[in-house]
Amino acid sequence: MNIITLEHGNGGEYTHELVRNLFYKHFQNELLMQQSDSSILGNIGGKLAVTTDSFVVDPIFFPGGDIGKLSICGTVNDLAVVGAKPLYITAGFIIEVGLRIDILERIIISMANTAKEANVKIVAGDTKVVGKGDVDKIYINTTGIGVIEDNTLYMNSSNIVEGDKVILSGTIGDHGMCVMSKRAEFDFDTDIESDCSLLHILVTDILEVSENVRIIRDPTRGGIATTLNEFIENTQMSIVLNEEYIPVRSNVKSMCKMIGLDPLYIANEGKIILIVSTKDAEKILEVMKRNKLGLESRIIGEVIGDNRNKVYLKTEIGGTRILNMLEGDLLPRIC
Amino acid sequence: MNYVDEFVKEGLVENILKKIRSSAIRDIKIMEVCGTHTMAIMKYGIKDLLPQNIKLISGPGCPVCVTSQGYIDTAIELSYEDNIIIATFGDMMKVPGTNSSLKIEKALGRDIRVVYSPIQSLEIAKQNPEKEIVFLGIGFETTAPIIALSIYKAKNENINNYFVLNSIKTMPNIIQKLIVNKNVNIDGFILPGHVASIIGHKPFCFIGKEYNIPAVITGFEPLDILYALYQVVRDVKYGKCKVENLYSKVVEYEGSRKAKEIINKVFIPSDSNWRGLGNIENTGLKILEGYKEFDAEKNFKIVIKEQLAQTQCICGDILKGVKDPLECKMFSKICSPSNPLGPCMVSLEGACAVYYKYGLRR
Amino acid sequence: MCIAVPAKVLSIDKNNAVVCFEGVKTNANVELVGDLKTGDYILLHAGCAIQKINEVEAKKTLEVFKQMLEQD
Repeated sequence: MNIITLEHGNGGEYTHELVRNLFYKHFQNELLMQQSDSSILGNIGGKLAVTTDSFVVDPIFFPGGDIGKLSICGTVNDLAVVGAKPLYITAGFIIEVGLRIDILERIIISMANTAKEANVKIVAGDTKVVGKGDVDKIYINTTGIGVIEDNTLYMNSSNIVEGDKVILSGTIGDHGMCVMSKRAEFDFDTDIESDCSLLHILVTDILEVSENVRIIRDPTRGGIATTLNEFIENTQMSIVLNEEYIPVRSNVKSMCKMIGLDPLYIANEGKIILIVSTKDAEKILEVMKRNKLGLESRIIGEVIGDNRNKVYLKTEIGGTRILNMLEGDLLPRIC
Repeated sequence: MNYVDEFVKEGLVENILKKIRSSAIRDIKIMEVCGTHTMAIMKYGIKDLLPQNIKLISGPGCPVCVTSQGYIDTAIELSYEDNIIIATFGDMMKVPGTNSSLKIEKALGRDIRVVYSPIQSLEIAKQNPEKEIVFLGIGFETTAPIIALSIYKAKNENINNYFVLNSIKTMPNIIQKLIVNKNVNIDGFILPGHVASIIGHKPFCFIGKEYNIPAVITGFEPLDILYALYQVVRDVKYGKCKVENLYSKVVEYEGSRKAKEIINKVFIPSDSNWRGLGNIENTGLKILEGYKEFDAEKNFKIVIKEQLAQTQCICGDILKGVKDPLECKMFSKICSPSNPLGPCMVSLEGACAVYYKYGLRR
Repeated sequence: MCIAVPAKVLSIDKNNAVVCFEGVKTNANVELVGDLKTGDYILLHAGCAIQKINEVEAKKTLEVFKQMLEQD
């Protein structure tokens, strides 16, 4: 069986072979093929957006995606939500000795395909191999570079005003619960799929029709409850959400109920949540619904100016509860 | 019928609320004993829907919150043994012991695993014959038969590396203790539906018969809870004090014969130590002599040493509903969600944690 | 104090059953409930069936809810 050994990480012949046969082969582009210590990029006409992220996910393959696709989507999405056009990505791999090379190749191919779809180039990379148990199979660190072509664009929570609307692009909790349902410690069999996807086109569509988008995020770890708290953290505003309007797939809801978790705090990898002016809300909604990743978009709440800096949720039976940021770990509970 | 949706909507919620409002003719204190009821009340924002004169008090029915510091300390001590794997429900991870928690110890490299079921920890024992697996046996009567079953199976299948560090607690007597306390003045109880599914309706009947307090056994969907509240409010209004069973789809008068059988096979009633309330007679279960080889305390020759109750912590009184978190000297100064001392701060939905979270200060 | 959900029994093999709660299937130990057949609903807690759900009683409770709310 072909597996990764420590020699694949020592910079010698094995490393070169791995780089040639996997990384160059699949990531193939003129910038990467400079094959130098640094890749020299051309001039970028506009403000730069830079983001970095590390991907550690168990299991590495899950319904709807894998760690490779996730790493590209996550990086592209982080660039997209600030209004940047994603251009380049670098990727660092930390691999546990013993990982099957065909598995590594599947991950690389998945990254390459996703990058192609997003029209971004993987321009630099690095591989390290560590001992058994030092990492769990494979970790990927990425840096993304994008360009903000519109010089006037600056989305920030300071733009939020009373009456603004909160829009969510679809169901919540799919990624987090999908991954959790596949963990070895659970014996759950569900058809929950990760929503892992590229959101740059959806964001571009939105920014094309409106100049009154206050802020956009992809609510990953901590779920929409945490992202919404971050939105208003440094403002005098509060947000009121209507639980009835927040879509949750029934299998996600069920699994959350079984182990005592709340979908509002579960990670998404293919959703955006944004705050927009009342005036433009319907127009934005319309354009979002035309994108296949935004079919279920809805206005789920609005901004109020009560100076209390809270996220309130009107519950399905009409009560009110305060949503704080995620506290503690997401662990299955019995009570 | 899927036994969930029907109990959520049906357009009845507004109707019930109207009735509760019109029936609540005086100040009424109702205790929801069970932690899962507390969570549901929070989740659906029920408190916010009730008239001001109805006060809901969260009772001692969160097994994690009432787990004593001494118990956590003992679990941590066991985790220091290289040969031991600790298996626990996720709820226990952040509960503080005297100086540490299982979460911290896991981060420091101890083999502590979160399981969804005690039966799963039995599997871990089978897969790791060279290790000793200690399951942290906490819970109330709902969980007791499952823990009993795991011990019973271990014996039958000759699994000799499975142990339970047991601190199972039981309900009826703790409720009785709260009732007889002169300072406690509770007008009605919402009783734990899932505990009752095991022990039955009968063990709760004393609340009405002996103490003339209305009480309702109910489920966990909004309609179940609201209807139960309405029932209590109505009973208070008309001076009725029956213990009603609104959860008859899973609660029989005598409970579950099979579950009670396995509990009695493996356990015997005992005292138990409650965080914030102290040692209380006949509110727990201990492992019978016949199964002592599975009792972690006996096998590892350790004793759960109880710390003296934090002298200034008033969680005991808060749990009883006689004091407010703001009356506690330690509140928000020494005791906070990141460094909780008493059960009411340990639980996210505990009275103190809620006060802290919502910024209520002296 | 105890999270439990109503799950439908899909198949039974001695002490274990495959049960399903609204799109989530799992294996459950069913030693604590007797006389179980496919199609029954059970109350699932910590990986075990702890009670059988009585459909007749469930309907009765719903009826009680409705009736009580109709009268004053």
